[in-house]
Amino acid sequence: MEFFVISLLNGVSYGLLLFMLSSGLTLIFSMMGVLNFAHAAFYMLGAYAAYSFGLKLGFFPALFLAPLVVGLLGALVERYGLRTVHRYGHVAELLFTFGLAYLIQEIVKVVWGLTAVPYRVPQVLDGPLFIVYSTAFPKMRGFMMLVALLMLFAVYLLLKRTRIGLVIQAALTHPHMAEALGHNVPRVFMLVFGGGTALAGLAGVIGGVAFVTDPSMAASLGPIIFVVAVVGGMGSLAGAFLASLLIGIIQSFAIGLDWSLGGFLGAIGIAVNAQTPLYSLWKLQLSQVAPMLPYLLLVLMLIFRPKGLLGTRAD
Amino acid sequence: MAGIPSKLRYRPLNLARWLIWGLAALVMAALPQLFTQGFAITLMSQMGVAIVFALSYNMLLGQSGMLSFGHAVYSGLGAYVAVHALNLAGTGQIWMPVSLLPLVGGLGGAFFGVLFGYVTTKRSGTTFAMITLGIGELVATCALMFREFFGGEGGITTDRVIGKPFLGITYGPGVQVYYLIAFWCLVSMALMYAWSHTPLGRIANAVRDNPERAEFIGYDTQRVRWFTLIISAFFAGIAGGLSTINFEIVTAENVGALHSAYVLIATFIGGVGVFFGPIIGAVVFTFFVVALSGYTNAWQFYLGLFFVLMVMYAPGGIASLIMMQVQLIARKRFRRIAPHYLAAGASGLLLLAALILTVEMTYQVSVDSADGTLMNLFGVKFDAAAALPWAVTIGLWIIGGAFFNITRKRVARVWSEIHAEFLQARA
Repeated sequence: MEFFVISLLNGVSYGLLLFMLSSGLTLIFSMMGVLNFAHAAFYMLGAYAAYSFGLKLGFFPALFLAPLVVGLLGALVERYGLRTVHRYGHVAELLFTFGLAYLIQEIVKVVWGLTAVPYRVPQVLDGPLFIVYSTAFPKMRGFMMLVALLMLFAVYLLLKRTRIGLVIQAALTHPHMAEALGHNVPRVFMLVFGGGTALAGLAGVIGGVAFVTDPSMAASLGPIIFVVAVVGGMGSLAGAFLASLLIGIIQSFAIGLDWSLGGFLGAIGIAVNAQTPLYSLWKLQLSQVAPMLPYLLLVLMLIFRPKGLLGTRAD
Repeated sequence: MAGIPSKLRYRPLNLARWLIWGLAALVMAALPQLFTQGFAITLMSQMGVAIVFALSYNMLLGQSGMLSFGHAVYSGLGAYVAVHALNLAGTGQIWMPVSLLPLVGGLGGAFFGVLFGYVTTKRSGTTFAMITLGIGELVATCALMFREFFGGEGGITTDRVIGKPFLGITYGPGVQVYYLIAFWCLVSMALMYAWSHTPLGRIANAVRDNPERAEFIGYDTQRVRWFTLIISAFFAGIAGGLSTINFEIVTAENVGALHSAYVLIATFIGGVGVFFGPIIGAVVFTFFVVALSGYTNAWQFYLGLFFVLMVMYAPGGIASLIMMQVQLIARKRFRRIAPHYLAAGASGLLLLAALILTVEMTYQVSVDSADGTLMNLFGVKFDAAAALPWAVTIGLWIIGGAFFNITRKRVARVWSEIHAEFLQARA
């Protein structure tokens, strides 16, 4: 029971962090048809920016400043980079963001160094929030969930209840009509790209504290949020939410379990030992294959349900 | 078409093609005689491997419109199959000459192409790109899990000198390895060129340009993509087998995301639109990686910046830039634009100097600050923490930027003038 509750809490908080990233990615994709390969790189920039601001101003001002700076940077990238390559088509856009991801990673290495920076949890958020049976649930994790839920709520209000949200939705489905009605659709695109990267930056501020802030953080998280986007269904926000939670929970449960195929075979009466053929496959524990599970899920999803959980189109 | 007798077909001897391929073979044979240092031989061997790999990648990206982020999976797994085969041959459990090892790697690559390709080619476009990324990560995580096959962190080592020498060839010296690689490189190049003229190659182009119409005339686009991917994986596996012979070690890095990124960057820099583009890309890329990584720790930054600039301003790669000049030279207009090129190039050099100064000084101050802030760049010693070098750098940025802006516009103006003349001449 204790294991179940703690794993569930950890999974949900990790899943919410994934959603902070995948929501921006999905928003940008459904709007501009651009898969922002550099999304995780903006997440990393958010973490590093918050670390640098935090040294001077403290954690909470940085929590607001870093996403702002990252969002501004994202808007500039859209205006002066992405818009230039837009006329060459989607492959060129994808290549551009891919190159950008690579470039940002190298810039981070040049400016902040190759090793992890000491970006620590602020004192207010240090320590346990509550204790389940005998395991402590850290305050930082709780804060992570709180910020993610607030962000989710804010994005929902912005898209559904404001005039800007209305224009964004119109530009999403009928860009030409929105333009004909006098809305500056390219500027809306810039806003969405800036907003999406700001969300990634916010996730970085939180994720950088909760995990490690080093130059490989983008490369390790990047593929997972693409998995989320595909599994949830390309361009579906609700799908991204479900897939984020699903992957978060699967991973946190898998890490804590030492089940293996060999153990299962042993339980049903087939003895497995070092002489059995393919022993290296049977002896693998679930906790060892945990990093592999999201990608396995992706492959299975593509075979059995190519449009994703809540997606509407197969391509 | 079946009714037309074959002897009525008009098929003249394509002299230029024979000349170019003959020349390529001659150059590859002559290179080790001109550059005899061990360093040059190693570099050229690496280039040969990179050429095969980049061409196999362009089969997907350039000729079939499939942007893959996980091509290293096929070359890497091919290399693993090859290294195990070589080790088995070394202990005498199977018979296999080293010269045929690339074929073993190729078959290994093709096998995994059949397996993974079935899943990845179900979709096209952006989703295909993401699935290849997912498969790449899947294999990369597997590589650290199954130690028996992948050898864990240390990888699997081997020895390419096995059996009795055949006609004095042991593959001990680097030159012999170079010639083996050059041979396989030339054969693969010719085969891949021939492939682009087969019905499958042509239909792959059609699927790239307009999948809907390709389906309307009765082709299963998924199957076309799958078959193309299998053949591409075969040649990637050959590249993997060659790198096994060259380095005598295969590690998890060979299947990793960075390796996939490199082949993408190399191919794109060379140019995806023309057959010889990736060859240029592979040669330039390998040279820069080997040369730059000796001089600066920030070489990956320069590489990334170069790639992004190419995507933004020269999406056809180096090959397209060359083709543009060839067109000018052929029509005797190159002389008119050459001085403007020189001016733009000179101001571009100022900007490059400013960039290098900025990056290297930042690096010295942030990363290497433990060694002090004194540094040596192009033979000039200075303090990266002092104000003067930074002032010089900012000055270079401003002056270079201003000049480049002017000269760039001039090049564009003369270029469009010449093009207007071409159009007039045609009309």
